[in-house]
Amino acid sequence: MSTTTDFFATPALGDDQGPAFTVSGGDWGDIVDEATALHEERIVVNMGPQHPSTHGVLRLILELDGETVTEARAGIGYLHTGIEKNMEFRTWVQGVTFCTRMDYLTPMFQETAYCLSIEKLLGVTDQIPARASIIRVLMMELTRINSHLICIGTGGMELGATTIMTIGFRERERILRVFEAVTGLRMNMAYIRPGGVAQDLPHGALDQITGIIPELRKGIHELELLLNENPLFIGRTKGIGYLDLTGCVALGITGPMLRSTGLPHDLRKSAPYCGYETYDFDVVTRTGADAYDRYRNRIDEMYMSLKIVEQAVDRLRTTPGPVMIEDKKIAWPAQLSVGGDGQGNSLDHIREIMGTSMEALIHHFKLVTEGFRVPPGQAYVAVESAKGELGCHLVSDGGTRPYRAHFRDPSFNNLQAVAAMCEGSQVADVIVAVASIDPVMGGVDR
Amino acid sequence: MTEKIEPADPKGFTDPANPKDVKAQTGDAVVEASKDETKDATIDPAEAPEGVVEATDIGREVTADEAVDSTPVQVGERRGMFGASENGDTSGYGGLRTPILFPGNAARPYGSYFDEIADTLAARLGDGDTAYGTAVERVVVDRDELTLFVRREHLLAVARVLRDDPALRFEMCLSVSGVHYLHEADAELHAVYHLISLTHNGRRLRLEVTAPDSDPHIPSVVKVWPSADWHERETWDMFGIIFDGHPALTRILMPDDWPGHPQRKDYPLGGIPVEYKGGTVPPPDQRRAYN
Repeated sequence: MSTTTDFFATPALGDDQGPAFTVSGGDWGDIVDEATALHEERIVVNMGPQHPSTHGVLRLILELDGETVTEARAGIGYLHTGIEKNMEFRTWVQGVTFCTRMDYLTPMFQETAYCLSIEKLLGVTDQIPARASIIRVLMMELTRINSHLICIGTGGMELGATTIMTIGFRERERILRVFEAVTGLRMNMAYIRPGGVAQDLPHGALDQITGIIPELRKGIHELELLLNENPLFIGRTKGIGYLDLTGCVALGITGPMLRSTGLPHDLRKSAPYCGYETYDFDVVTRTGADAYDRYRNRIDEMYMSLKIVEQAVDRLRTTPGPVMIEDKKIAWPAQLSVGGDGQGNSLDHIREIMGTSMEALIHHFKLVTEGFRVPPGQAYVAVESAKGELGCHLVSDGGTRPYRAHFRDPSFNNLQAVAAMCEGSQVADVIVAVASIDPVMGGVDR
Repeated sequence: MTEKIEPADPKGFTDPANPKDVKAQTGDAVVEASKDETKDATIDPAEAPEGVVEATDIGREVTADEAVDSTPVQVGERRGMFGASENGDTSGYGGLRTPILFPGNAARPYGSYFDEIADTLAARLGDGDTAYGTAVERVVVDRDELTLFVRREHLLAVARVLRDDPALRFEMCLSVSGVHYLHEADAELHAVYHLISLTHNGRRLRLEVTAPDSDPHIPSVVKVWPSADWHERETWDMFGIIFDGHPALTRILMPDDWPGHPQRKDYPLGGIPVEYKGGTVPPPDQRRAYN
């Protein structure tokens, strides 16, 4: 570490800017010593946007007095990809492939929120087949476990505990394998579609899910054994990133953070969708309002999710039926099957539309190229994502594309709490506090 | 402010024989009205049959309270049959003009907890400058969601009452998003606020505030709901709505020196043609589309 000319830094505006340090490793104490030697009392540190412990491209702007953070601000936008704007140029169905890429750890939640919102606009909410809703619940709960495992795993890595990370990723892999078997993709599946889901579960998927449940339980328990009473972990997380109920409500915080203040607010209970009211599960709350209780909440939520997954699997075994709405004006016409060269359109379906039914061909062509029309108006549907309330605000002008698609991403909102949670704490605690928010920049920047 | 179509217009897409439409006339099932619009929009509004008004009375008696102007609001116009933008419309309906109609003012009762909210808000706002009738220009009940169109000069007063009154108590402002209605004269820019009341078991309410493009100012609600901070910054960044009184209204997603506001409808999507195996795929906004 040295005081050098940093060619990549913003050009200094004047003499009052002070020297710029580029830190790329080394001991923090040395850096502080060197800065102190220059008689600088106030140091502004740009942590990120490319810092391994800021969850992607988050930039934290910290003003330090020694090791104490006196001011903390979050800079975002480094992963802005214009998904919402792009969705205005794609059909309603194509939109699913875009919103699934927002928060890349919770793709099923964006897809479900988006599809529920379209279905509300179309007025077909009660025509969604029961089996499709159960599959949605199943996939969402698996996604919740997936997201929580990453949150805890990367959070542990940021504390320097790589075992937590390897356990987290190992367990997550089991879920990704299920996703791959069911949807063909491990992430960004675009599996949930307006009117239902893309296709039914493949043969053997339910057995595969039943098979991983005990393994997941064991893996999560392993995390618990490692962390729950670990004095180092408790020392790093207990009382860190404190944000009480008043702060949470003022800042619009939802999800595990809000529930760590003792308020049992969960949309799955307070405004059920996809039939959540018929599942047996509890809302997990704790009252510590700190990083430790958020971690414990997430662990318990994973157990609850497994409980819901079990119930969903049982129901799927006894609920046959279509997984797509009956209305042929909305239902995607493709019939998928696995052929010799992989998954694709069913040959029987191709034979029918190309050979025997002109009307079916026209219908297929119109629906795929033009898409369906959605009556004008707007709708806001919120689902309880792994991170909090994920809302989808859609405006339709009666066309085949959204007039406006806005996603209220929980990470975007929750990151506002960085200042409230970090100011006055130590630099090292900033990492813990941010990790306990569990922001995913893909969702924050969209 | 908003361009309203002739009062006779909704009858154009109303079938008096259809009980659903009779209900739509009274305003508490605007969903059906907007749905039918897409189906029967080919009927020229000007030629709407007279006497549909009587049909309204068949469904339910209209009381004085319900005598609101529930005319749908036109936010634009669609041309042709399929919405193809280039190469003309060969369907023979190329000259067709269809108004894009959004649900209009709702009539009482709104249903659900919506009446209670409206009544309480009216009582708390009192009769002064910010009386309910002045502050709320339109109440829309559509798809089981309540939307209050609040005049921007009264937004802060309404927001405070919504947050603080024990019977309302919308403690959380979950999101602020902008919508750009390019063809809605003098109300091109809309800011849409989604509120939730935790006290009242997750009641929801949507506020919509409009501003003309020539004067894109809306008061900031950050003082009432601090959570609106980043959401308002995003709306400024994407739509150019200036939230007066915001503590630091700077760009949040786009770079600081970015020109323009990308999510406005007059801002191009951008993109370059992609060549692949001899073929060229144009950028998304230049592909053939049927919107």
